[in-house]
Amino acid sequence: MPTAVLGSARDIVEECGVARFVFTDFPLGNPCGKPWDAEMQRSIVGISLDLLERAWMPRITVQTPFHWGNDEWRNAFMRVDDSNREALAREGEERRRRQAEAKKGEYRHG
Amino acid sequence: MNLRRPYRSFVSYIDRSREYYAAQGYSQPYAWAHHEDTPFTPLQKPISECRVGWVTTAGKMDAEAESQGQRKVRELYAQASNPAPTRMFTADLFWDKGATHTNDIDSFLSLNRLAELVAGGRIKSTSPRFYGVPTEYSQGKTSFRDAPKILEWAREDGVDALLLSAL
Repeated sequence: MPTAVLGSARDIVEECGVARFVFTDFPLGNPCGKPWDAEMQRSIVGISLDLLERAWMPRITVQTPFHWGNDEWRNAFMRVDDSNREALAREGEERRRRQAEAKKGEYRHG
Repeated sequence: MNLRRPYRSFVSYIDRSREYYAAQGYSQPYAWAHHEDTPFTPLQKPISECRVGWVTTAGKMDAEAESQGQRKVRELYAQASNPAPTRMFTADLFWDKGATHTNDIDSFLSLNRLAELVAGGRIKSTSPRFYGVPTEYSQGKTSFRDAPKILEWAREDGVDALLLSAL
């Protein structure tokens, strides 16, 4: 089955290796274009159809020509620094504690 | 515009997520899929004669997902694509909730845009259904349980090519 992947996590898709990849350099969540921008979305779907038709070998990445408008999201997403390091460690501890509790519950009911 | 920079501009989600989960105390990093060989199927006829289907990682928006803000089961599904749903369930997926939103389904599952391209003659038709695949920690489940089922559904629907969009 001929396929094309539309995505924004370039490294994850390219490491995996796919037949065809349409990369849009946006924050994760809108790989087909900005919300409510029908013209951009139509363009990205059109590029994907072009790539379906024209690719002659696997792992070709095409980058769409769109920009998000600012770069702040690049460093903000999943950021780890001195301001949140302790909070993240606590969150992890808390999650492991809840998961261990849930597991104990399963054994009791099972 | 020529903007020089001493680092790559696009975000490495493999590096970012590994460091983030390490900061949460998870010492064993996730091992991402890495294939040396990539299957490739050329299109068998002009795209204007093709029926095109769509695969998404978003979930169905049902009453329970709506009211509780979570999905009990992240299931594989096929759903009618015409009319396109107006909302999908994405709250449990890994996307940038600080920078954007998923209130416009065509920003991550462009069923309406694809249908418009039929009207313009760019493709012959769209699949009567689109297909939903849960993102799985287990790559084996994706490759050996989910992918064959989606291929089966797509063949039932007479699909010639598939677009897959990952949130």
